[in-house]
Amino acid sequence: MTLLEFKDLRVTYTGSRGRLPALRGVDLTVEAGRTLGIAGESGCGKSTLAMAVLRLLPKTAEVSGEILLDGEDLLAMGWGRLRAVRWTGASIVFQGAMHSLNAVHRIGRQVAEPILVHEKGTTPAQAAKRAEALLERVGLPASRMRSYPHELSGGQRQRVMIAMALACDPQLVIADEATTALDVMVQAQVLQLISGLVTERGVGLMMISHDLSVLSSVCDEAAVMYAGRVVERGPAHEVFANARHPYSAALGAAFPVIGDPAARKNPGGLAGDPPDPVRLPEGCSFRPRCAVAVERCGEDSPELLEVGPKRVSACFVAQEGMPVVL
Amino acid sequence: MTTTPISPRALRWARRRQSFTRSWNAYRSQRTGMIGLVLLGAIVILALAAPLLIDQSQLSVTQATGERMAPPSAGYPLGTDEVGRSILALTLWGSRLSLLIGLTATVVAIVIGTALGVTSGHIGGWYGWVALRVSDWFMVLPSLVVAIALLAVLGRSMSTTIIVIALVSWSGTTRLVRAQTLTVQARPYLERARALGAGHWHQMSKHILPNVLPLVLASATLLVPSAILMESSLAWLGLGDPNVVSWGSILNRASNNGAVSAHAWWYLLPPGLAILLVVLAFMMCGRALEAVFNPRLRGEQG
Amino acid sequence: MSSEEKTLTARGLRVEFGLPGGRVARAVDGVDLDVAPGEIVALAGESGCGKTTLARTLLGLEKATGGTVAFDGVPLRYSTRALKAYRRQVQLVLQDPSGALNPRHTVYDAVAEGLRIHGITDDEPGRVADALSRAGLRPPEQFFLAYPHELSGGQRQRVVIAGALVLEPSILVADEPVASLDASVRGEILSLLLRLKEEQGLGALVITHDLGLAWSIADRIAIMYLGRIVEQGPVEQVLTAPRHPYTRALVSVLPASPVLREAVAEPIVLAGELPDASKIPGGCRFRPRCQEVASGNALPVLHQCTGEDLKVLGPEADSHQVACHLDRSLHGDARIGV
Repeated sequence: MTLLEFKDLRVTYTGSRGRLPALRGVDLTVEAGRTLGIAGESGCGKSTLAMAVLRLLPKTAEVSGEILLDGEDLLAMGWGRLRAVRWTGASIVFQGAMHSLNAVHRIGRQVAEPILVHEKGTTPAQAAKRAEALLERVGLPASRMRSYPHELSGGQRQRVMIAMALACDPQLVIADEATTALDVMVQAQVLQLISGLVTERGVGLMMISHDLSVLSSVCDEAAVMYAGRVVERGPAHEVFANARHPYSAALGAAFPVIGDPAARKNPGGLAGDPPDPVRLPEGCSFRPRCAVAVERCGEDSPELLEVGPKRVSACFVAQEGMPVVL
Repeated sequence: MTTTPISPRALRWARRRQSFTRSWNAYRSQRTGMIGLVLLGAIVILALAAPLLIDQSQLSVTQATGERMAPPSAGYPLGTDEVGRSILALTLWGSRLSLLIGLTATVVAIVIGTALGVTSGHIGGWYGWVALRVSDWFMVLPSLVVAIALLAVLGRSMSTTIIVIALVSWSGTTRLVRAQTLTVQARPYLERARALGAGHWHQMSKHILPNVLPLVLASATLLVPSAILMESSLAWLGLGDPNVVSWGSILNRASNNGAVSAHAWWYLLPPGLAILLVVLAFMMCGRALEAVFNPRLRGEQG
Repeated sequence: MSSEEKTLTARGLRVEFGLPGGRVARAVDGVDLDVAPGEIVALAGESGCGKTTLARTLLGLEKATGGTVAFDGVPLRYSTRALKAYRRQVQLVLQDPSGALNPRHTVYDAVAEGLRIHGITDDEPGRVADALSRAGLRPPEQFFLAYPHELSGGQRQRVVIAGALVLEPSILVADEPVASLDASVRGEILSLLLRLKEEQGLGALVITHDLGLAWSIADRIAIMYLGRIVEQGPVEQVLTAPRHPYTRALVSVLPASPVLREAVAEPIVLAGELPDASKIPGGCRFRPRCQEVASGNALPVLHQCTGEDLKVLGPEADSHQVACHLDRSLHGDARIGV
């Protein structure tokens, strides 16, 4: 069952330097009970995508296309309906847990609040009980209900954020760089928790990260974004291990597999910087940094086309069946 | 430098001009700031031009030509005082001294405050603690009482007035500068400078001071009016230099010579309004400058 | 190794901080470490393990409360002059290049800052240009008058590196040099460090929480836990055949490590978090979280784990050493040569 669907989503910001296209036609779907990973660097539009789902974009942003949550267009929704959807339909876990939690309220109250607001008829005692159960589910003892955010460690705060996101039993959870600031071991703990919750509750998860290797180990499917477009999509571990777009290959190589002799003393990476959204290059926007570019790449902009079973890539070279890595 | 068409020095100046233009545009967008600036400009021009407009001899008590305490007339647009001098002339000449004392006292206060603020924030430790306590102490002292006591001890002259005003008004700047120093201090580029081997002097002069100065400028603009008010208060209380004319001393003479009971509004209003206008102009400029330079007041930034 | 020229050495290094309430945090609690020119040593561990304090102490930015830091056999003294001379040899690269550059200084001023501090006045533009081009910013003159906000993250980090290189140091201490950079730019900065090592014989201590980074560039790696190095040795050995339970857990949770998936069937996700440095457990400091203790594998040596502190690992460069009672009982002495 399709839970979330982006149809030709386009978002343009207007800044002091002119119009900045942040998303340039994105088509993606998230199935219930499945995990979609979105990979890309800062400025590729992945966070805009997350914000667009909850309509958290600044007022100046021009949005076109459709975002269907359970068949209902989020962009056409009235504010009242949207408020309800924001917790019960889809909720989001941000990167900076310290800034997203209110420093002057106790944890228990913050987790219980969305329940009280969105589920009419719940008594404060019931909400507190639910909050307690949620905190226990994310691995925090009930005694933490009475703590303030600053008394918790970074990993614990991220757990609270997850508990809050799950408070109203949403169908969809969006994790925007939810584990980026955490240490390896705490990251592993949180990732384990998130994967467990997805299977247990059957929610859809959209996980956004710059680390393709993390996505490959948690997600079913992965989409790689570059300059506001999806450039490759496919089963997550295959996109990581056997990329069919030169950018995905470089992104994957940035996080080497330990024990891989090819990566030893050979840090992967790309020359150059991500393109300036105001002045995108002609043709394929990745061409100036691409090692395998052919003549056609400078003329046409490649579409996402099938390059294998369940694999699509927006690369002329991959579409012709040629290798994308030198 | 072969590839740079213009010399680095010229480019650097171009950069500075650019950043000045940016600040100027931010300032210009604030209407109150612009009104304050125009007002201030007018006042300063009048003060500077006073000797050209009105001869100093008009201030002399012995050479006074008008009637005593005469209401405004054609010859004396703002009336006369108790010895027959023109109030217009007194007010115009008084602006010179009021501005001079206000500005000088502020500069002295700002220098003391900035030096103590930067050093106490940067060096910290025992010295920082003492500097902070001393500034706290000056902050809670009732400034007018202290000023009166000091003037009584030091004697009445323009320079003592300046020193006394500076002495009672530097502590706020110390607080402000110290707080800003502490935030700059925590920036990684100071850690980098230390790792490069930079000493205290280098860190303070190259990194901290340039980051603190804009804020100091804004706070100085706000200090000037309070210094002018303080000077006026002291002069009105009869503690000013008896040999010169300032707005405060005009008011002092007015009240001493029964201007209030004589309903001589023309004697009281011009210096009073002048003080009000100058204070207002500086306040407007100061608030606008603060909004330009203080990132917290500027709100969101890119 | 310690006799070799221009080596940065730490012996029995301890750094303690007083905390409110009279408690003492032992941020660095006995560390022996060598960094020689021409080698890259990775120091890995979780945040709070003391790796940043260790780096700051090696740079003389923090005073050691015990043990010594020495360069070229000369112990570091904290007089202004001694520190200044030391800093021409050992330089720092910070994590966040955006914060490490004063936004009001041009690239030229930022790179020349070191020269000005040390009073090196001959051929300043030439030295700055040389440092910038060694850091990969070419042609250097084009960057002279740029301000940090006009550069990309990768370029800023290159400016920071150039600012360190301009003093011609022997050793660089880099604290998470790529953690705040975009994925595709990381490789370039790491390649730069690798090239500086290979072509110019620069030594580097790279502090990181990312074991993949160590695999990409380091010759040796030291794993730090709660103020101590618990395992160290050549990268290939430590990362592909880790022996300390903590290292094994760290390596096992890395996403997509097929080589290790076979040896370690399930990722070992340790419960809990790094304890406070003011409450270091007695005996083996890792014991409360140790999976071998929890599973009962360590039962034969449990009395040692709870009661006996482990020896500080020596600085020998080419041996794989582990501070673990269980490992010692299985492999004999902790130090095994290659």
